[in-house]
Amino acid sequence: MADLTTTFVGITSPNPFWLASAPPTDKEYNVRRAFEAGWGGVVWKTLGSEGPPVVNVNGPRYGVIHGADRRVLGLNNIELITDRDLYQNLEEIKRVKADYPDRAIIVSLMVPCEEEAWKAILPLVEDTGADGIELNFGCPHGMAERGMGSAVGQVPEYIEMVTRWCKQYYSKPVIVKLTPNITDIRQPAAAAMRGGADAVSLINTINSIISVDLDAMAPQPTIDGKGTHGGYCGPAVKPIAMNMVAEIARSPETAGLPISGIGGITTWRDAAEFMVLGCGNVQVCTAAMTYGFKVVQEMISGLSQWMDEKGHTSVSDFAGAAVPNVTDWQYLNLNYVTKASISQDDCISCGRCFAACEDTSHQAILMSEDRVFTVDNSECVACNLCVEVCPVEDCITMVVQEPGSVDERTGKPVVKEHGDWTKHPNNPGAVAAE
Amino acid sequence: MSNSTSTPGIAAERLEGPALKDNFSDLHAPLSDHEALVAADRCYFCHDAPCMTACPTSIDIPLFIRQISTGTPEASAKTIFSQNILGGMCARVCPTETLCEEVCVREVAEGKPVEIGRLQRYATDTLMAQGEQPFERAASTGKTIAVVGAGPAGLACAHKLAMLGHDVVLFEARSKGGGLNEFGIAAYKSVDGFAQREVDWLLGIGGITLNYGQAIGDGLTLESLQADYDAVFLGMGLSGVNALRCEGEELAGVSDAVEFIADLRQAEDLRKVEVGRNVVVIGGGMTAVDAAVQSKLLGAQDVALVYRRGKEAMSASLYEQELATSKGVRIIYNAQPMKVAKSGKALSVEFAYTKTKKGKLTRTGESFNLPADQVFKAIGQTLEGAPDALAIDGGKITVDENGQTSVAGVWAGGDCASGGDDLTVTAVAEGRDAALNIHSTL
Repeated sequence: MADLTTTFVGITSPNPFWLASAPPTDKEYNVRRAFEAGWGGVVWKTLGSEGPPVVNVNGPRYGVIHGADRRVLGLNNIELITDRDLYQNLEEIKRVKADYPDRAIIVSLMVPCEEEAWKAILPLVEDTGADGIELNFGCPHGMAERGMGSAVGQVPEYIEMVTRWCKQYYSKPVIVKLTPNITDIRQPAAAAMRGGADAVSLINTINSIISVDLDAMAPQPTIDGKGTHGGYCGPAVKPIAMNMVAEIARSPETAGLPISGIGGITTWRDAAEFMVLGCGNVQVCTAAMTYGFKVVQEMISGLSQWMDEKGHTSVSDFAGAAVPNVTDWQYLNLNYVTKASISQDDCISCGRCFAACEDTSHQAILMSEDRVFTVDNSECVACNLCVEVCPVEDCITMVVQEPGSVDERTGKPVVKEHGDWTKHPNNPGAVAAE
Repeated sequence: MSNSTSTPGIAAERLEGPALKDNFSDLHAPLSDHEALVAADRCYFCHDAPCMTACPTSIDIPLFIRQISTGTPEASAKTIFSQNILGGMCARVCPTETLCEEVCVREVAEGKPVEIGRLQRYATDTLMAQGEQPFERAASTGKTIAVVGAGPAGLACAHKLAMLGHDVVLFEARSKGGGLNEFGIAAYKSVDGFAQREVDWLLGIGGITLNYGQAIGDGLTLESLQADYDAVFLGMGLSGVNALRCEGEELAGVSDAVEFIADLRQAEDLRKVEVGRNVVVIGGGMTAVDAAVQSKLLGAQDVALVYRRGKEAMSASLYEQELATSKGVRIIYNAQPMKVAKSGKALSVEFAYTKTKKGKLTRTGESFNLPADQVFKAIGQTLEGAPDALAIDGGKITVDENGQTSVAGVWAGGDCASGGDDLTVTAVAEGRDAALNIHSTL
């Protein structure tokens, strides 16, 4: 069985699955149970400055987008950072770390954007023996109104400044958690790098109104007739998170910066996808909040099995493996031609491909009177919509047209040579092929 | 309790009240809200959906299921009722396994169709529970139409005519409306007086006067109806029963399955319904299955359902046959009755084994006897009391695709009319379509 031991910015954990800073990691009781269940590490729920702790709402904190059978697809929350006393948290962290030396414990922090505030808390964290800190520059609700969380993460200069203070007053790794509520994720990542961050973690939650109560005429979760935007996470945000991860991984400025991937990771496959896009490890929250800590066991067994099948002996074998294949649209090969092909043996005649193609695409699927569906290659642009709406996996596939054959749609031969937009005759700025 | 399943002869109270109640409870429990959402989610919303094509009333099944999945079962029910005003009953009694669910693409792909029937019941029950009649009548046309028979065909026809602004006088031979829904189907398919509730709800549209105890030949003539009304629709069903045509048919203990079912359906207390220790049902349709299964559920010790051809030829679906065997009914295929004879205090039925060669039924020469306290005949119903003026085709009133009979101004539909299967849903379609045709000619 593959060895899942992962070393991320010098911190070793038995597997790459950490619990993200969130309600599951708010206290000793939970974290001990998480470790017993098999989690490789936790990022302790964000601590704030010494003094009276923050308070939370006393009405509902969460809202959800449900899929079939009330499956949680997206989760939104308006909970703030820990509302427990700083010293109680610090004591618990120290105790748990002492009992679980092989597991990673990272302490998430959010204090005002003043050097004194960081200077005050960092030695306290250092004393716990935790393995590192994560700077919460991401939470988009509540704390951002007070100049913290995403309010910092949206200003690269602040990120750089605070990261630098942390590197100055703290000896262990500093991970900067980024907010996705920005235009270009590469800017805050580069700022963290300039400030000396050991790694970035992303994404934090996305600003969101998850649903509206049409009787109360208020966003949900509704607190006494009012609602506010919350932070969105869960499987629904995975595509957004993976793009941001890949942008950082492939940007020349930030390439090589360690990334801890976060965003809707629910299964081993999700984790593997984040890792091949450049993450050294991953963090999970919604899956645990939906199914409990035990979900990590599937992640561990699934990733191990896949690694064995692929011959990977260590997670570092495949981390970042897909990054070279993430490119800009302009470099995609326009000479690569495929056509949809429907397996009549697998087709169940639902006609969804026909409805989708006929009504919204290229009228390239033909329907006979006895409900046989076929592809008209002279109209098919290979958009893949039929493949995706077909309820039967692999019933419709894209067949690569061999070089030398003729594309029935354009009447032109399929050529073997790569030809992208940068060299295309329709592109006014094209560079002539050599 | 005085009796048991082994009490000889014909007896009531073979089972105790709770056991009977359990036996005659809903065959398929209604879906809960959550179950309905899960079941609805399985629908693929097919293009030009096969289920819709298979439905004799062409209900837009993908649409009504989608309306359930978005939390609007009332809108879903309107989609159903706009095509089939007896959608509530059809959800319970339709042989969906040979109609919509048989062609569901998920049946084809996985052998597990979307539960269309149960979803239809969920939607229609939801709206009917609100007591709301979802349709309004058009402005009065000043026309009045006579509808004979308050079964599925007559009710569907009357409702559609009323909706279109006509007044309707509905004549029913019995003392209750509903036709076979009330008198002819197994009790566990329509529990808690659903058939009557449905009739009452349907009549809520207004404009329909229901007269009981009147039938053609019993207070009514086609001529007088033609003279008194702007159009006539006949949905009188099949009131006759085929004879066994074998010796001993007249003996006490031999009776019609339809009568047994009707009596059972009308019984105030199932403990009072008598059934034999040994019951033999002869026939191969839904009536045969309903009689056999209900005999067993009443506490008969041995129930044999004997059909003269093979399993595949039986008009009761394979699902119904399996239901019967799961309730303990023994189905004997390829045997026909030769003679019913007295045997002590009971009867003995002699059967000849048969085989079917090139569609022809022949006897093999072998035979067997079954002891019987009761013998139920369920070998088909026949048209009785049809007006002489009407052309008859294959024992049924001849109608064209619009339900028009050979006599101008007279339409017919349901089991009494030619064409289509003898199903509730087919009768509804025929009644509805005849109404539309009547409307277009007035």
